Amino acid sequence: MTDVVSHVPPSAGQELVQLLTPEGLRVHRDDYDVDLSDEELRGLYRDLALARRLDVEAVALQRQGELGLWPSLLGQEAAQVGSGRAMAADDYAFPTYREHGVALTRDVDPLKLLAFYRGVTNGGWDPNEKNFAIYTIVIGNQCLHAVGYAMGVNFDHARSGEADESQAVIAYFGDGASSQGDVNEAFIWASVFNAPVVFFCQNNQWAISEPLEKQTKIPLYQRAQGFGFPGLRVDGNDVLAVLAVTKAALRRARQGAGPMLIEAYTYRMGAHTTSDDPTRYRLASELEHWKLKDPIERVRSYLFRNEKADQAFFDAIEAEAEQMAVRLRAECRALPDPDPTSIFDHVYAEQHALVDEERASMAAYLDSFVGASH
Amino acid sequence: MADKVTLAKALNMALRKVLEDDPKTLLMGEDIGKLGGVFRVTDGLQKDFGEHRVVDTPLAESGIIGTAVGLAIRGFRPIAEIQFDGFVYPAFDQIVSQLAKMRARSGGRVPMPVVVRIPFGGGIGAVEHHSESPEAYFAHTAGLRVVSPSNPVDAYWMLQQAVQSNDPVIFFEPKRRYWDKAELDVTATPGPLFESRVVRPGQHCTLAAYGPMVKTCLEAATAAAEDGTEIEVIDLRTISPLDVDTLCASVERTGRLVVVHEASVFLGVGAEVAARVTERCFYSLESPVIRVGGYHTPYPPSRVEEEYLPDLDRVLDGVDRALAY
Repeated sequence: MTDVVSHVPPSAGQELVQLLTPEGLRVHRDDYDVDLSDEELRGLYRDLALARRLDVEAVALQRQGELGLWPSLLGQEAAQVGSGRAMAADDYAFPTYREHGVALTRDVDPLKLLAFYRGVTNGGWDPNEKNFAIYTIVIGNQCLHAVGYAMGVNFDHARSGEADESQAVIAYFGDGASSQGDVNEAFIWASVFNAPVVFFCQNNQWAISEPLEKQTKIPLYQRAQGFGFPGLRVDGNDVLAVLAVTKAALRRARQGAGPMLIEAYTYRMGAHTTSDDPTRYRLASELEHWKLKDPIERVRSYLFRNEKADQAFFDAIEAEAEQMAVRLRAECRALPDPDPTSIFDHVYAEQHALVDEERASMAAYLDSFVGASH
Repeated sequence: MADKVTLAKALNMALRKVLEDDPKTLLMGEDIGKLGGVFRVTDGLQKDFGEHRVVDTPLAESGIIGTAVGLAIRGFRPIAEIQFDGFVYPAFDQIVSQLAKMRARSGGRVPMPVVVRIPFGGGIGAVEHHSESPEAYFAHTAGLRVVSPSNPVDAYWMLQQAVQSNDPVIFFEPKRRYWDKAELDVTATPGPLFESRVVRPGQHCTLAAYGPMVKTCLEAATAAAEDGTEIEVIDLRTISPLDVDTLCASVERTGRLVVVHEASVFLGVGAEVAARVTERCFYSLESPVIRVGGYHTPYPPSRVEEEYLPDLDRVLDGVDRALAY
């Protein structure tokens, strides 16, 4: 067996934008900050709590055979909620397959996420209704889609002659994806075309079993400079800091200043997916270290200590989360398998003789069993 | 009298037409702007339509297709150029994983009206990676449509029809025929895109081909006629979907079928044609379906490509083998 070594990320000592310490102390900065009402702060806590509860329920559903797979977002709630809430309604997100927290902020019914991982659909929601593309499994592919969409924003402006601020686009990816050609091509294209896109990298330290050192020799955010746009690192477990920097980056993109890279420095507290066993490649002490930086506890502590929320609020959120989980469990288990012949329905927009022939052939074959006792 | 135009010019005229007709169309590719493309297919278009509609891209094929997918999500109808057949492979992932599947994955909510133009095939004495015939890879992928014109008139109409399709179309341009000329009547009404066509009638044997090999087959048929063999030639035009009806109607008349393409024979388009025709009109066949094509080798150095590529004699050799049964 290979040695499991404690890993020191190539990050130590790098500047990190942080507005809320792990202990829940508020820090103010001149460059990036937020000024939120108590209600907005409580809203962020609610988002974080719901995202975590969804995740817990989904992992349980997978363990009970109701889902085929689930990639847990445990530990990444702040990165996802903060960036998701930074988006304006018109902005467009291109997620990976783990962006459950972002999906909640885009008002995608989490049942649709469960349906995807249950295996009843390969999509599930209308991307153009939520401005939230369908999940992308192939690592990094979506970054080019995001850039293309953002180029389209510019092309539409060029045609209409409007110079108004409009849409920005956000491309999600991870530390592993940063090695992919598509991600690097996306950086180049966004830079050359000055596309209004924010590259949001959740550096959760692990690409399945491979630590950050297998992907990079320099902090990921520093790569942006070589592509010709700014990059920064934010405490990915600090929802306020993520919100502040992502809002700034999206605003900048909308104003025509081009792309920006945000490295949200965080930690995948769970396995890569429910099929993974992290005990084979990382030490439990690393997880203990990151538990002290939990993205939800610090918000709770901040709200409580500053009397922005009382125990009744936290109890109510917990009850709401529980209610959501109960609903999701019931509705997930009730999701019907698709009609087998429906696999032919959307392969092509227009008539295709082979698809018609095969649909009829499958239907006839299945019909041959109707009434048979075999 | 209609003007005579080259196949490259016919494509240029078609692109100009779609850019004029639909503001959501745009061209993207390497060197397609000021240069007009390495084969001049996009000549003069950037000057007339601007850099936002005729987009010179970075040298990154995955980027070309990946951003085309994003543009299509936004409602554009991108027409992407891959400079040469052998350079499409970096884009293969985006084509197969995203372009082909996006519509199905989204439950029909996100159509992908993207055309990918690829000059393909050999016979021009090119350096390696510039003479390949990768059409079977794409035809094997559900969600894509694959077509190839053989002549300037089809090139003009088929490209416009491909752009109008709401499905992704891989459009293979027969590069060695770019300079072939034909009279083009732009006021004519084209037939459906996804239908094959009998381009020469005959009764003894059917030759089926697409793209650059159609001309070779027509020449073979002319030569065979001098010996009294009447060959029917079918220009497949569409590879996916395959027009099996037209093939079988012909085979029911001739009893014999030879399929010709530049791509290697093993698991090529000819294999699928042979299987389909055998299933559909087995009792009409007087001989096995014969395939004539490239060999199971990398595309060879250009000084031996004449021996690799089917030519008139190899096509007639295939016909002889069919007639020998």
